[in-house]
Amino acid sequence: MVLTMLFIGVAMVASLADYHLLVSIHRPLGIAILILVIIRYVNRKLNPPPEFIATMPPEERVAAHYSELLMYAMMFALPLIGWGMLSAARYPIVLFGPIHLPPILPHSPMLYAVLRKTHTIVAYLFFATFIAHFSAVLFHTLIMRDGLIDRMVPWRVRGPEINPP
Amino acid sequence: MPDHSLPPPEERPSAKKLLAMLSEPRTAARMAILGALVLCVVGSFAYVGGWLSPGLLTPGRFADGFQEVFGVHPGFRRNHAKGVCVSGYFESNGQGTRLSKARVFEPGRAAVTGRFSLSGGEPFAVDGPAAVRGFGLRFEPRHGGQWRTAMVDIPVFAVGTPEGFYDQLLASKIDPATGKPDPAKMTAFLAAHPETVRAITIIKAKPFSSGFDNATFNGLNVFRFTNAAGDTTPVRWSMVPVDAFAPEGPADAQDKNYLFDALIARIRRGPVQWHMIITIGQPGDPTDDATLPWPDTREHLDVGTLTLDSVAAEAPGNCRDINFDPLVLPDGIAPSDDPLLSARSAVYSQSFTRRAGETKEPSAVTPAEVGQ
Repeated sequence: MVLTMLFIGVAMVASLADYHLLVSIHRPLGIAILILVIIRYVNRKLNPPPEFIATMPPEERVAAHYSELLMYAMMFALPLIGWGMLSAARYPIVLFGPIHLPPILPHSPMLYAVLRKTHTIVAYLFFATFIAHFSAVLFHTLIMRDGLIDRMVPWRVRGPEINPP
Repeated sequence: MPDHSLPPPEERPSAKKLLAMLSEPRTAARMAILGALVLCVVGSFAYVGGWLSPGLLTPGRFADGFQEVFGVHPGFRRNHAKGVCVSGYFESNGQGTRLSKARVFEPGRAAVTGRFSLSGGEPFAVDGPAAVRGFGLRFEPRHGGQWRTAMVDIPVFAVGTPEGFYDQLLASKIDPATGKPDPAKMTAFLAAHPETVRAITIIKAKPFSSGFDNATFNGLNVFRFTNAAGDTTPVRWSMVPVDAFAPEGPADAQDKNYLFDALIARIRRGPVQWHMIITIGQPGDPTDDATLPWPDTREHLDVGTLTLDSVAAEAPGNCRDINFDPLVLPDGIAPSDDPLLSARSAVYSQSFTRRAGETKEPSAVTPAEVGQ
């Protein structure tokens, strides 16, 4: 869902024909993510994720831990910045049909311009963090076959164990 | 903060072991799959973002086209750069509820902010008969359902597609050597676009008015109205002036803002009004081509009166800072399948984003001129 948003985001700013359709999806989907990420974060606090697996060295654990935190922060910030920038530009913030959100910032084109740029930069940063995370998970799952993926998915993915040295 | 302490060493593969693993053909193959997956995601991201298609016409490249033709004028719109702000109200007579459930058509008043402009990206252009006049409007009904529209004083659009618009824009670029567009480029453009030749004939057949106040402004693109019963109708709309038509005269050599100054003087004499006329489409009428007019026999519905009683120079917080995006629509009004609509929305947004972050300077029509 979040990855879809990143794709819709870059597609809509490059598209003439599908711009309106994509923006109409981007807005409500962003607000849905904002709500879901809050629920998910609360759930994570109440039910801490499984421990890191044994095959991860400490530096990798630190990287994994902070990249997870960073992704939560960005998933929370991106929809808020989007909402804020539309408010500063005084665009009506339409979700579906007559359902609107109120503006959360004063009318200011300069503020809009800054937030609009920030929205793009954070989105690219998010994509880069996702790719790093995705590559690391793939490396553990395909190469080390150490069952790291079991920490992420609700079902068991079993590969052969790495023989101890 | 989770515990990052080391697990027992025997559970972790050593670097040496890992390297040995990677040199196995089976692992190398898996590594290739990993690389391919990551490349796939990054590649599709780059593809949908347009980075792999340098020739693709994007909103950014469209705005670049305006800048190439008219130069960069920081803080101003990339098209319809010269303008003045107006405000007033729209008094709906309730007739529009037959076609659309949009709040603006319920009987009563909606506050209106507008902007009159001249086409072209030059904010200090000299007023003259050649420029198409624009009229942007934002309706704000008391109980929500904001609506924005951007209209012009020609009966049909000269191009039917965003690509056609872009090609026409570049073909009309002034050659610095002659001070005129290159006739060869315009001839080539018209040869490739018979729809533009037809549209220009229609545009030229209708005389232009002497000013902003007595001009008919047309929404041009087709939209879809949906009423409370759920019935959808293709429509076009126009603002038809109450002020009597007078044919366009020659440019005033003494006053480079003569069109705007006449409008300012007119509003200072008293409110200026337009009737909002909805043209109702029939099955089979073209909805996706703004170069094609509908037959004159189509039903016209007067849905209310627009009254403008105030005029002001562009300034922070007024019409200067509004993007008259034609797809800011209330529930009850939706775009048609006309490809120009989404493209207009995208390019207006691009122009707005660019100018929003730029330092502003006073507009050609100054507060002193308006008499503020």
